[in-house]
Amino acid sequence: MNSITYPLDSSALIKKRKKIRRELLSDGTPRLKKKIAVLGGSTTSDVVSMLDIFLLDNGIQAQFYESEYARYWQDAVFSNDELDGFSPDLIYIHTTTRNILERVSPKMTAEECDMAVEREFDRFRQMWEKIDERFSCPVVQNNFELPSYRLMGNRDVWDKRGMTNLVCRLNMMFSEYAAEHGNFYINDINYISAAYGLDRWYSPSYWYMYKYAMCLEAIPEFAFNLAAIIRSVFGKNKKAVALDLDNTLWGGVVGDDGVENLVLGEETPTGQAYREFQGYIKQLRDIGVMLTVCSKNDEENALAGLAHPDGVLKKDDFICIKANWENKDRNIAETAEEMSILPESFLFLDDNPAERAIVKGSIPGAAVPEMDEVENYIRIVDRNACFEVTGFSEDDLKRNEMYAANVKRGQAMKSFGDYGEYLLSLEMEAEITDFLPVYIQRITQLTNKSNQFNLTTRRYTQPEIEKTAADENCIRLCGRLRDKFGDNGVVSVVIGRKTDPETLDIELWLMSCRVLKRDMELAMLDELAEQAVRAGVKRLRGYYYKTAKNKMVSRLYESFGFSLVSQNGEDTVWELWLEGYKNKNGVIAVNGKPLQRKDGQL
Amino acid sequence: MTKDEIYERLTAVFRDVFDDETLTIGDSTTADDIEDWDSIEHITLIGAVEDEFGIRFRMGEVSGMKNVGEMVRIIMERA
Repeated sequence: MNSITYPLDSSALIKKRKKIRRELLSDGTPRLKKKIAVLGGSTTSDVVSMLDIFLLDNGIQAQFYESEYARYWQDAVFSNDELDGFSPDLIYIHTTTRNILERVSPKMTAEECDMAVEREFDRFRQMWEKIDERFSCPVVQNNFELPSYRLMGNRDVWDKRGMTNLVCRLNMMFSEYAAEHGNFYINDINYISAAYGLDRWYSPSYWYMYKYAMCLEAIPEFAFNLAAIIRSVFGKNKKAVALDLDNTLWGGVVGDDGVENLVLGEETPTGQAYREFQGYIKQLRDIGVMLTVCSKNDEENALAGLAHPDGVLKKDDFICIKANWENKDRNIAETAEEMSILPESFLFLDDNPAERAIVKGSIPGAAVPEMDEVENYIRIVDRNACFEVTGFSEDDLKRNEMYAANVKRGQAMKSFGDYGEYLLSLEMEAEITDFLPVYIQRITQLTNKSNQFNLTTRRYTQPEIEKTAADENCIRLCGRLRDKFGDNGVVSVVIGRKTDPETLDIELWLMSCRVLKRDMELAMLDELAEQAVRAGVKRLRGYYYKTAKNKMVSRLYESFGFSLVSQNGEDTVWELWLEGYKNKNGVIAVNGKPLQRKDGQL
Repeated sequence: MTKDEIYERLTAVFRDVFDDETLTIGDSTTADDIEDWDSIEHITLIGAVEDEFGIRFRMGEVSGMKNVGEMVRIIMERA
């Protein structure tokens, strides 16, 4: 898992893909199962086989539907039993500049050129609208790479009669459509082909012979970029960076050389490179990535290095700083535990190959790219796309503050002898509501990335959550928790479905681990019980489906007072009769009401 | 490069592409002799052979290639 990082060894990936696939499939990793329909305007087989490998490497086992050669538009627009039956979780449209049907030419007027662009765009828009109507699943659409020749030379880019201009205009229109439609993502082939080099990208003979839209060697990089979008949509992004310090964030060894001799700042080329890299890392905070330090150093020296006047990153930019002489894999595991995230959610950046090997070997799933020279650091981190942004929720923007508040809570806890007293001192307030439109994105995100406190680990796409939100047979709870240290945002989601007039099946119960042991689950249960009784329900039925990661909730329903009704291996079913239900939460004020006494009757 | 050297390297490429460590090839081997050698794998194979020997087959050559022997002959001319 996550053994494949940028820079890619394209020739080995192409040659050995069968073996790589076989080995990934037999490594025993539990994987999300997803169905992906690939609608292509050119040959898609190699794109699919590479995408398959990258997704497997990121914990997603995909089943693919591939349209017949160049039948992307027909497949999308007209009903088709095979695709309908496949019912995709995601549709990827692999079109390229070769698929643009409209042409502009020096013989046309500006108005005629405008109309050609509109017609071409409409053809795509019609297809997207049809897909939304038929499948309402996430759609990934390529934009267009620049043409391989320019009839009018440099004029081609600005004159509406140039094909380069047409491609640029279409790309802008695709971007505008993406900005206006959630669940629609652009695969930026324009960027990737430019980064690869257009002359290398285009392989006319592979087009004439096999209808390949790009050369074979470029397909791994292309598919890697595409896989980043898909893994992000399905909640498999990394969450945090663990950073080494010496020769990673600055040149030199702070403990030996002293702060004043570190290579960092505008004076030297290498110092500039380190400073720019620090700036890039700092920007990751803006997209919700959490920064931590994992360095073999005395803490005092590490902090002195971070206080360097030319440094961009400062002590307060990090949620957790581990500077000691322990093994790094252990430090990352501890950091992960303190932050309540999984060790595999880390991107580990270290210039030292030995340290990388240890972390790679002992934390399967963590991303550990090869860092060679400082001038390449930004490109290596950026192209690995560990934090590809697809959904942008309010929580992403505030995550660093929230986790920093968590560390403060930890300190406050130490000053209380009694845990209950500590909980009361937090002055917690919860807002437990239905699935309000403003929370839909965050709810979807939570269903896709919560692994530990998750009873059924059911994953939902945004359209599925929207459908659930409108379903009269469902009771939905979305819980947000605040306390005196800060706002944790939306942290818990419960979906109950009435299967008969008396019974509510709890098909989803999850909570973010950042609020573990705060009694939020009790507040949610109280609310669920109250709403269920109001809807005439007599009993709640809960399910626990075991996964590799959710052992912590295997006895949750038992702790709530449910009784076990059936068992299949380690999967269990539980029931609670609601008559005489007593409130269980006594530490969180819910929906503006004052604190309830524990065990207060409904 | 001698014919034996080419065969040694070419066999390794075939074994990688078809993921079969026991595969052997000779002048008369064709797509019919190797179960997984379909039109899709053919493209991967051609790409991998080009990569291994640092050559590019011409368009006419790829479609006219009847068996492994012809492939080896072209490689000997070019590599």
